[in-house]
Amino acid sequence: MTAEMRPLTSTQQTDALRVEELRVYYHTPRGAVRAVDGVTFDLKPHERLGFVGESGSGKTTIAMALIRLIKPPGKIEGGRVLLEETDVLALSDEQMRQLRLADIAMVAQGAMNSLNPVRRVRDQIADALIDHGTRISRREMETRIAELLRRVGLKTEVANMFPHELSGGMKQRVVIAIAISLRPRVIIADEPTSALDVVVQRQIMETLREVQDDLGASVILIGHDMGLMAQFVTRLGVMYAGKLVELGSVTNLFDEPLHPYAQLLIGSLPSLEHKGAFEGIPGVPPSLLDRPSGCPFRTRCPHAFDRCASEEPLLREVHPGHWVSCHLY
Amino acid sequence: MTALLEARNVTKVFGGGLLTKTRTVALENFSLAIGNSPPSFTAVVGESGSGKTTLARILLGLTAPTSGEVLYQGKDVRHMSRAEHRTYLREVQVVFQDPYEVYNPFYNVDHVLETPIAKFGLAHSHKERRALIEEALQAVGLRPEETLGRFPHQLSGGQRQRIMVARALLLRPRIIIADEPVSMVDASLRATILKSLSNLNQQFGISFIYITHDLTTAYQVSENIIVLYRGAVAEAGDVEQVVQDPQHPYTQLLVGSIPLPDPHHPWAEAKAPAGIGTPTAESCKFTDRCPYAMPMCVEQQPALFRTDPRRVSACYLYRDAPAIKPEELTNIFAGTPTGTLQDHVAADG
Repeated sequence: MTAEMRPLTSTQQTDALRVEELRVYYHTPRGAVRAVDGVTFDLKPHERLGFVGESGSGKTTIAMALIRLIKPPGKIEGGRVLLEETDVLALSDEQMRQLRLADIAMVAQGAMNSLNPVRRVRDQIADALIDHGTRISRREMETRIAELLRRVGLKTEVANMFPHELSGGMKQRVVIAIAISLRPRVIIADEPTSALDVVVQRQIMETLREVQDDLGASVILIGHDMGLMAQFVTRLGVMYAGKLVELGSVTNLFDEPLHPYAQLLIGSLPSLEHKGAFEGIPGVPPSLLDRPSGCPFRTRCPHAFDRCASEEPLLREVHPGHWVSCHLY
Repeated sequence: MTALLEARNVTKVFGGGLLTKTRTVALENFSLAIGNSPPSFTAVVGESGSGKTTLARILLGLTAPTSGEVLYQGKDVRHMSRAEHRTYLREVQVVFQDPYEVYNPFYNVDHVLETPIAKFGLAHSHKERRALIEEALQAVGLRPEETLGRFPHQLSGGQRQRIMVARALLLRPRIIIADEPVSMVDASLRATILKSLSNLNQQFGISFIYITHDLTTAYQVSENIIVLYRGAVAEAGDVEQVVQDPQHPYTQLLVGSIPLPDPHHPWAEAKAPAGIGTPTAESCKFTDRCPYAMPMCVEQQPALFRTDPRRVSACYLYRDAPAIKPEELTNIFAGTPTGTLQDHVAADG
C-alpha cells in the first residue's frame, strides 16, 4: 500500500480488495451517465460487506466493474481496484479471464437462469474447472464435483440432472458451487436470492455463509433488501445516485444511521414489531445525466441547507469506522 | 345480507388432460367472502406455487374454476346478464405486479386513464374527464401536472404503479385485488404505495384483497390474513394473531425465515427439515417438510380447526379445537358480513 492513498482503516493488514475512486460512466447520446462516481472502500479478509441502494444507485455497476465485465456504452473511467496485490484494471483481457472465478467469483442476479438448459450440471461445473487449467482424471473430477455439490447442500445425483429438473433454490446452489469451484478469495453476490421464496432465501444465505467460512473468503453482498443485509453482512455501505454516502458496521448503521438518506431508508422498512410505523421517502432519485450541484440527495433531504447546493460533501470518518458524506457532520 | 364477492368451494386443476398428464391442483376447495361493509383489507400470503395468483385470476373472472363458483352480489359471474357482468367488471378492479409491462410505450400515460372512462362512459365532456383523472391521481398522491402527458419511460416504477392504482380508482370500484403491487418497486417507494392503498380503503370504502409473498407488508396493511400452502389454506384469521403467534408449522417456518431489518435479532435457529412421506391428494400438503408430522397427517388432510374466535389452523396439532367447514372460513374475519359471528359484530357496532 502506498502512503498517499486515503486509508479507510487504520489497520495495515492487507485488504482482500481495495477500491479507490472508482468511476464508471455509460456514454449515451444525451451525455455520460455517471453510474458510479468516485467510490472508495476496502474489503477485509473473511469479511462480509454489503451494498444497498435503490435501482439505479450504481450497486450492480460496482460489482460488474470489480470483475471487469462492464460492456460498452459503459466504461471504467478511472480509479483503482486492487485484489490483494493485483491491480485488476491493469491486467490484460486474458489475465483477467483467468483471474475471474479463480480469485474473484460472482453470483450474478438471476444467475440460476444462466445455466445451460441442454447440459447436465456435472458438465457445467467441469467446464469451469477445465477452462481454468484444472487437469485431473475423470474419476478425480467426479470426486471434486460431488464434493462441491455436497458443500452447497445438494445430493451427488444432482450432477446427472439438467437445470429444468431443479427447483430455483437448487439451481442457485449449483451456481454457488460453480462460483466456489476454484476457491476464490472474494465472492461477489449480486441479489443472489431475489427470485426465491423467503424460506429458500434463508437456506441459500446460510449456505453462502458456510462456504465462505470453509474457504476463508470475503463476500460482497449487493441488494436492496435491508433485512437480508442485517442478517448477513458485518459492514454495510449505502449507495445513492452513484455515490457511497455512508459506510459503517451493520449495527452502527441500523442503530445510528447518520446520512439523512440512510435514516429515511431505515425508517421506510416495514417491520413485524410496530404496525403502521413506516413512511416512504418523498421525491425521486436525481437523473444521473443531469445531476444536481452539490449533494445528490439535497433535493429530497429534509435537512438540506445552502452549503448542500454549493459544495459536494466528501466521505469522512465521523466515528471510528463509521463514514458518511454529509455536511451535517 | 349477501357478500359482495364470494368464492365458494373453488378448486382449480391444471393439466390432467390428454396433453399434460400431470395434474397440478393450484387451488383446493377454497372459499372466501368479501363483505359489503365495513370495507376490509385481506391479505393472501403464499410462496410461489401456493395458488395465490390463480386465486386472483379466478376472482377476476380471468380463469374459470374447475369446480366451485365465484359470485358477485350473489350471482355466478359466469351466468350473469350483460348489465350485471358490466357492473362486476367495473366494481372489481385489479392492480398487477409489473408496472413496466402494462403500459404501451407509444402512448403517454393519459391513455391508460382515458380508456376506462371511455369504455364505461364515465364522463360526458373533456372537462369532466380531466377532472375525474386529476381527482384519481391526487387520491394516490401524484401531482396531475407532473404526471399527465408524460410517457411511461419518463416515470419511475413507483409512479407508474400509482397510476395503475389511480386507473382502478377511476371506476369507483368496491373491491381492488392487488396482486404483488409492490414487489417490483424500490423499498423507499413501497411504503408510499401501501399507504395510499390503505388510505383508499379507509376514505373510499374500497375493500382490498392484497396478494403477496411478503408477510411483513401484509402484516402492516391488512386486518385479515390467509396463508396458502400448495393450494390449501394453512392458517387464516386476524393478522395480529397469525403473524405474532403463528400456529401452523408452515406459518412458523415462514415467519421464522423473514430477514428482520435488525442486526440485533438474528434468524432463529432453524428446525431440522424433517417430515414423513410425500404429500398426496388426501394428505396434508406440508407432511414432507413438517417437523411435527404424524401418521394421521398422511392419511387425511386436516380440517380447519378454529383455535381462536378469529383464527383457524389446518393442522392436527389443534384437533381438539372445533373444526369449521371451508366455506365458513370468512366467518372468522373481523368485519365479516355473514355467519355465526354476526352477533359478535353487532355487539361491536
